[in-house]
Amino acid sequence: MENILEVKNLHVTFSTYGGNVKAVRGVDFHLKKGETLAIVGESGCGKSVTSNSIMRLIPNPPGRIVAGNILFNGEDLTKASEKRMRSIRGVDISMIFQDPMTALNPTLTIGTQLIEGLVQHHKVTAKQAKRKAIEMLELVGIPNPEERLKQYPHQFSGGMRQRIVIAIALICEPELLIADEPTTALDVTIQAQILELFIKIQKETGVSIILITHDLGVVAKIADRIAVMYAGKIIETGTKREIFYEAQHPYTKGLLHSVPRLDARGDLKPIDGSPPDLFSPPIGCPFAARCPFTMEVCDNVFPVQTNLSHHHIVNCWLQDPRAKKSKSVRITVDGRQPT
Amino acid sequence: MLRYTLKRLLIAFITLWIIISITFLLMISVPGSPFNTDKTSNETVQANLEAHYNLDEPYFIQYVLYLKSIATFDFGPSIKQPNQTVNDLLGRGFPISFELGMITIVVAVISGITLGIFSALKHNGIIDYLAMGFAVLGISIPNFILATLLIQKLAVDYSIFPVATWASPSHMVLPVLALATGPMAIIARLTRSTMLEVLTQDYIKMARAKGLSPWKITIKHALRNALMPVVTIMGTLLAAILTGTFVIEQIFAIPGMGKYFVESINQRDYPVIMGTTVFYSAFLILMLFLVDIVYGLLDPRIKLHKKGGK
Amino acid sequence: MKADRDIEMNPASIPDEWFELKKKDDRDREGIARPSLSYWQDAWRRLRKNTMAMLGLLFLILLGVMAIFGPMMTPYEVNVQNLPNQYQPPSSEHWFGTDSAGRDVFTRTWYGARISLFVGLVAALIDVFIGIVYGGISGFKGGRTDNIMMRIIEILYGIPSLLVTILLLVVLGPSLFTIILALTITGWVGMARIVRGQVLQIKNYEFVLASQSFGGKSSRIIRKHLLPNTMGPIIVQMTLSVPTAIFAEAFLSFIGLGIQAPFASWGVMANDALGAILSGNWWTLFFPAFFISFTMFAFNVLGDGLQDALDPKLRK
Repeated sequence: MENILEVKNLHVTFSTYGGNVKAVRGVDFHLKKGETLAIVGESGCGKSVTSNSIMRLIPNPPGRIVAGNILFNGEDLTKASEKRMRSIRGVDISMIFQDPMTALNPTLTIGTQLIEGLVQHHKVTAKQAKRKAIEMLELVGIPNPEERLKQYPHQFSGGMRQRIVIAIALICEPELLIADEPTTALDVTIQAQILELFIKIQKETGVSIILITHDLGVVAKIADRIAVMYAGKIIETGTKREIFYEAQHPYTKGLLHSVPRLDARGDLKPIDGSPPDLFSPPIGCPFAARCPFTMEVCDNVFPVQTNLSHHHIVNCWLQDPRAKKSKSVRITVDGRQPT
Repeated sequence: MLRYTLKRLLIAFITLWIIISITFLLMISVPGSPFNTDKTSNETVQANLEAHYNLDEPYFIQYVLYLKSIATFDFGPSIKQPNQTVNDLLGRGFPISFELGMITIVVAVISGITLGIFSALKHNGIIDYLAMGFAVLGISIPNFILATLLIQKLAVDYSIFPVATWASPSHMVLPVLALATGPMAIIARLTRSTMLEVLTQDYIKMARAKGLSPWKITIKHALRNALMPVVTIMGTLLAAILTGTFVIEQIFAIPGMGKYFVESINQRDYPVIMGTTVFYSAFLILMLFLVDIVYGLLDPRIKLHKKGGK
Repeated sequence: MKADRDIEMNPASIPDEWFELKKKDDRDREGIARPSLSYWQDAWRRLRKNTMAMLGLLFLILLGVMAIFGPMMTPYEVNVQNLPNQYQPPSSEHWFGTDSAGRDVFTRTWYGARISLFVGLVAALIDVFIGIVYGGISGFKGGRTDNIMMRIIEILYGIPSLLVTILLLVVLGPSLFTIILALTITGWVGMARIVRGQVLQIKNYEFVLASQSFGGKSSRIIRKHLLPNTMGPIIVQMTLSVPTAIFAEAFLSFIGLGIQAPFASWGVMANDALGAILSGNWWTLFFPAFFISFTMFAFNVLGDGLQDALDPKLRK
């Protein structure tokens, strides 16, 4: 299958009063047609910046893509003009935001907000636009769509609003949908419904999805592949199975241990410490300061990439043959946590 | 919306009633006011006063009759200018003051909003810094000082504009400028800060993600939301402009109501002070009411809110 | 230890001994390096970076010092008229010149500073006091009490404050006391609204709920939790209400309701000087006008700076 999106060596920097924040520091990933990729990490790890970069929605200044390429169907979006980007946004690539309470303009009817993208990009009559809007509301499961079009956002519940946001994102039938924490602000039961909706939509429209989240439960439900981000870098990627059952990076393992699971026993273990300061990111592995298995090399050199399978890639020195030979590492890793 | 409107109307009437009552109470309780002394220099004046305020009746009856006269827009006689009523003064002076005030508010709103939007769109740029520096200055310099400064520089030193009276458009330039600068600065600052806040909202990001042009986003999504706080302070600004006309008309010798009002203060012409205060209060309360209604029309959320207001 | 250049180029050249686990105690713990500052220390740090606000603060401090000591620096009395000496331009004898009655403008300016700052500060303090009590009770009690108290505020809010102030001064006669009374009789309403909003917002915070669930007394919760957390906006509002009071005092002087002799406020000085300026005696108006404007300016920029410093989230 062909790649709809390829991100290569992406670097994004924000200039602030305190200096430059290197929010994304060399990110590589790709996405196939009809696939769902989840980008997972703690807040501030650069996952939202990455997704905003694809849409070129990084506020500039202060943010700037300093290096790298974003190939969407072969076209490099980092070099596209703002005008070209406007013709891509909403049409080819759409985005869903975290908080449905704030993502809709409180002073416009949802009908206006639904059709505005359609009218902007396609020559449609008001009647056609309205029909399409009703069709979209039906698709996302909003009853009485015709009357609902005339209502304002405050007349809808949170879950309903998120459905409307999804309808807005899909109305121009995009090829790629970027969902930035689409369920974080919702109640758990509503979360499940929204995720079901994603699965249904993907089945019906074949849209590719990038899902940005910190919630591994969400990931388990709908992702095909997972990329784990830490301090502006992707440190491990793999299929859902590989990440959930064969995770190699200590950070990924830490993440998994800090989530309650029904199919595994044992206590929840938080990861000690907090992510590094991105004003001056460490030269070595960014996780070294919190990692239970830090070696001398980790503090000094960023780990090289190890391909464990076709999909499973990890950046960790523990994978290095020299570490596997080292006695101290073998004892501790095999014997779980060091004292 | 009807419920909201009725509620606002009720509040407006209560406010007005309180002001009228305070006015009445102050006048009857204070020595030297015509309600307490039976000595006024002029007999016609005395007769007019007694006739209007029913001074031989008990206070309560006076109060009721006073309310009644105000309800029929009769604000009573003057004690310093025989055979002049407050209504006469208002009829002569108010249209001029109203014109001055309205021109001022239009100038202030248009220039303030424009300045605010440009500052917000060029956030932290040179335009922004200059405009906001200018705005803080505009807020800090009292209008009467600005007025004298303008007269000194533009009328006396360089004779670009005429001063005194209210004869032609060129006469209006300086007073309007002096009066509009403060409100304009306030509007500019408010527009800028709400605009900046609105621009960071998710629905703006969402509009960008739809591929709308920056122009369309500003007009359709940002501006309307950013202007709502400006609507809410219009009442306060109108009050500031109205009181501003008192000094500006004095300085520029404009024969408006403000000038008469200040004269009546200096002469302690109590019935005129009372009448004008009540009239101006009623006017401002009416404006405040209209502002509330406009706000209700702009913000769809008002209709459903049980509590109304903000 | 620093990574050599060739190690970065060629990972194969990393020495084997770098692949031993580090012991816990020789791992340098990072990330806790930045000393944690208290809220007020942090706010002060941010305020210091704001040049305009600091200049405003400096101006106000100097003004305060001069208001106290300025009149002592000259041999002149504030209200002694010396008619042959009228309209002297600024000189080494009269630094700011003399006015229409031959009084020393320099001396009168600092007396004016006393009056204006006194009126402004006292009016602002009274506003704050009433506002905190009223807004605090309204927000904290909530429910029916809050509803009634807010209706009252809504009604009071519609009263044009300067008109009422004028009316009061006409009736009571202008004096230091009546001016402050007239300014505060409506001035506290804005403060009460702000305090109530703050209290409502913070009332539901977990730490307050926690304190309540431990059986904390209401008065204690207000004092220990609500007040410190509502202080930011209150301080800002107070800083910004001082120039409003100074302006109102000057405005009232201007329409003939100013503070009477023996006091000399800036507004009275400016009003007296109005006629003089057209005949070229600019200094009589310039100094009071300059100080009114710059004091208001200083309070405004300081207020803006405090707003940024005390509420970093709102930072624009």
